Amino acid sequence: MKETDVQINRVDWIAVSIYFVLVMIGWFNIYAVVFDSQVEKSIFDFSISSGKQLIWIGTSIGLITIIMVADYRFFENLSLVIYLLFLLILVLTPFFGKEVNGQILSIGVGEFRIQPGEFTKFATALALAKVMERPTFDLSKRNYQIIAFLVLLVPIGLILLQPDTGTAMVYFSFLLMFYREGLPQWYFGVGLGAIAITLLALGVENNLYLAAFIVAMVGALIYLGKKSWQRILAFSLIGIGLIAYIYSIDFVVSKLPIHQQNRVMVLFNPEIDPLGVGWNVTQSKIAIGSGGLFGKGYLEGTQTKFDFVPEQDTDFIFCTLGEEFGWLGSVVVIGLFAGLLYRLVIMAERQKTRFSRIYGYGVISILLFHFMINISMTIGLFPVVGIPLPFFSYGGSSLWSFTILLFIFIKLDSSRASQLGRIN
Amino acid sequence: MRDQRAAVIVLVIFLVSSVLLLKLFTIQVVDDSFLRRAESNAIQRVVDHPYRGLVYDRTGKLLVFNDPIFDLMVVPREFQVGDTTRFCDLFRISKDELIEGYNAAKSYSRVKPSPLIKQLSTKDFARIQDFLVDYPGLFILTRSVRSYPSPIAAHALGYLGEISAGQLKKDTLLYYSQGDYIGLSGLEKYYENELRGKKGVKYKMVNVRGVDKGPFKQGQYDTLSFAGKNLTSTLDLELQAYGELLMSGKTGSVVAIEPKTGEILAMLSAPFYNPNELTGAAFGKTYSKLNKDASKPLFNRPIMATYPPGSIFKIVQSLIGLQEGILTPNTTFACNRSLVACHNHPSPVNLFGAIRNSCNPYYHQAFRQIINQDVSSNTFKDTEIGLNAWREKVLKFGLGAPLSIDMSGEKGGNVPSSKLYDRIYGEGRWKYSTIYSLSIGQGEMEVTPLQMANLAAIFANKGYYYTPHLVKAINGDPKQIPRKFQEKHTVGVDPHHFDLIQDAMAEAIYGTAPRAVMKDLVIAGKTGTAQNPHGEDHSVFIAFAPKDDPKIAIAVYVENAGWGGRAAATTASLMIEKYLRRTVARTELQDYVLAGNFVY
Repeated sequence: MKETDVQINRVDWIAVSIYFVLVMIGWFNIYAVVFDSQVEKSIFDFSISSGKQLIWIGTSIGLITIIMVADYRFFENLSLVIYLLFLLILVLTPFFGKEVNGQILSIGVGEFRIQPGEFTKFATALALAKVMERPTFDLSKRNYQIIAFLVLLVPIGLILLQPDTGTAMVYFSFLLMFYREGLPQWYFGVGLGAIAITLLALGVENNLYLAAFIVAMVGALIYLGKKSWQRILAFSLIGIGLIAYIYSIDFVVSKLPIHQQNRVMVLFNPEIDPLGVGWNVTQSKIAIGSGGLFGKGYLEGTQTKFDFVPEQDTDFIFCTLGEEFGWLGSVVVIGLFAGLLYRLVIMAERQKTRFSRIYGYGVISILLFHFMINISMTIGLFPVVGIPLPFFSYGGSSLWSFTILLFIFIKLDSSRASQLGRIN
Repeated sequence: MRDQRAAVIVLVIFLVSSVLLLKLFTIQVVDDSFLRRAESNAIQRVVDHPYRGLVYDRTGKLLVFNDPIFDLMVVPREFQVGDTTRFCDLFRISKDELIEGYNAAKSYSRVKPSPLIKQLSTKDFARIQDFLVDYPGLFILTRSVRSYPSPIAAHALGYLGEISAGQLKKDTLLYYSQGDYIGLSGLEKYYENELRGKKGVKYKMVNVRGVDKGPFKQGQYDTLSFAGKNLTSTLDLELQAYGELLMSGKTGSVVAIEPKTGEILAMLSAPFYNPNELTGAAFGKTYSKLNKDASKPLFNRPIMATYPPGSIFKIVQSLIGLQEGILTPNTTFACNRSLVACHNHPSPVNLFGAIRNSCNPYYHQAFRQIINQDVSSNTFKDTEIGLNAWREKVLKFGLGAPLSIDMSGEKGGNVPSSKLYDRIYGEGRWKYSTIYSLSIGQGEMEVTPLQMANLAAIFANKGYYYTPHLVKAINGDPKQIPRKFQEKHTVGVDPHHFDLIQDAMAEAIYGTAPRAVMKDLVIAGKTGTAQNPHGEDHSVFIAFAPKDDPKIAIAVYVENAGWGGRAAATTASLMIEKYLRRTVARTELQDYVLAGNFVY
């Protein structure tokens, strides 16, 4: 038996099933968005997005087939090539892409367009897996940390040029994979602390209160601890640094493009301008909130159907689900995502090669980030960033890239028996 | 250590999921404000206004109907004008009007319709209809306004207006809402509940731009509207129109009643206004113009104006005297002009002669006997007792209080009681010599033209009346009219006493109102002159005819037209001819009335 044969019995059918269930629920929800009782069109009608999504679903199945019949070594061997290829496309996008609302996200010919920013995600995951698979690669060492971050920062930089802040943010999710692969914990302590201070600085009206609090804390620490001059100097510098950081945030925010400033402000007070920048979040919450426990019933939603929520078939697709299927529908979908992610952790942990495991955690990182941020923004827990809900949101690039991302890992997992055990 | 980190990652996955589900639980299940906001977002309550009931005259001719008017509406976002000149030619507006209308619409809303051309005529609508398809963003909105095929009986029919804040507050059943039209006067007001029908409600869904997206839940919460009930008025359209013709250019009232039923055949208040001008878009402008008009065209004189009854009241005095037994047909008094002024006629006179000649001293003396019956030895007390007893009898004639016809704003006039004189002169300080002018219907007495017409009906009926009313059937059913209009009121005077009165009235007009006499029809009538301290006296006449089988009782008031025998009597006579003969042969008399030179 040739090693390249599809090993059906080794395919993780749990992950595959959850994938298809999510894709189908997403498809039905896309139909619910465009459904109009006055102009009844079939879910298969190619003139509406549910019909088009069906094309994307069909082609995704084609992609899955190609991935599953390909040699698993293909992905490992060509990972850097794939990575460089997509970086090249990213570089070319600003020159040959199509500008929409000041962003150049897609490239292609005529109707066939792709968003390279979406595909670079799995390419970066592959590249990171390839770079980090060497037995000597140790993320607790400075040199290796630099290499790993470089692989990450190149696509981030290129995507920021488009500019597409939301997609660029996704790449920071690889920190979760870095964590699994041994990046020291204090990185995350500092990171979480920085996030907390940033949120405080943005949320608290008067920075003087925060500064006073920091001064009090530093004073208390100096007073309570050893009174060596090094220690006093160190604490004082940290305190001054923090206060400077707090004041610089307002400055940085004021230098951000106005639409990003608004998104940040709306997070802290969505009612600040319910007809303007707060519109998306307010309407999204109304749609989801009006679903109640059981929802209004399939195709019975009024908020998403009648365009109250913008971008409802892509980034705000969760609104339709929340409105028509209520909290119970939310439980099912969030449960499916959590179940898939949990399943992927189990799968990643059972890999025999470092490459497969690292790639697996790359998949987990990206899916978790999308899932968390997308739903959070629809319920006002996170600023509105334009990132899709995996497998749900309408759009070819999004569905294809998530499908490729997931199924490369499912392919690697199904071939794990043939892989050399190089795990350490 | 690695496994531990994998466990942390699993923990993160479940923590994130839990936080999301918890937050979703609070907004979806705990907080129900989102549901309400969603409904106000997407579900629009559309009131389906019913057709208001129509009003017919007593012969089935249409008096009031709902006229569809057509507004050309524009949705600025969809509107494409193309060739402006062609558009302006087609829709017959100027370029400036088009630009102005379009800009006004755009400033209201780009996506909601606003009127571009208001109140197109049916003809213009028909012409434009074919071109509409060429212009996206234009459509016709049909509304209806009250319309009057003959511009008559404006006061009786009344008008509609937008409901006021005060009326809304009083509407405890919450039927009305802001912007609704409601009857503000006349029949429109009195029969508001019958005419208005029942509103229906439709719940429809709208999208974010307010565009209709069909019925909510397949219309299961919708209710149908029911058209208002039609009224059959007691008015005779032709008689009413003829009365308005006769009274045009004058000030006064005409009220004609069918004596046997109390149905008002004609009721008009001059000066008039055209009811068609007090509807729809013109309402505000016309109303303020009429309201400022010094001749008070909005004042509904037949029920709101009060005058002293004058000589006509002598008939009521005669009837009370007869019933009391104080007067008999043979009671005679001298025409003693030292008591009160009179005009030249033979003296002394019996009751018949007193009515015929309208003898003032006769009633001065007769009334003293009615009032002072020596019930008390104190003449002051005796007068007080007598006055109040007399007043009770007068009130039975439908005087001194509103008759409560089916119209609001009716005045009751005044029949003074002892309390009034106590207030003016002090208790026990007035006696017959103080109040004698009541004997001839002067002094503190006041009546409305409607009450006078009702008086004529009482004389015609020999002692009873039905409360005058303007509606004889609702939705074709006479039983649906208010019960009070089906009740017979008697005045407490035996019918045989009326024989002499009727004879005297038939005789009287030969002397006092010779112009009113018809050769082949016996009209019983009585002139009166309502004294007017501000100028020329008001001309008053009441009559009924034919004397032996009265079909019409009428009261005519012509203000500042002097003696009752001229303006009022001739007008009444022509009205009687018109009603009974359906055509007026006495064109010379008609010309005399139309010319309107009564004072010379």
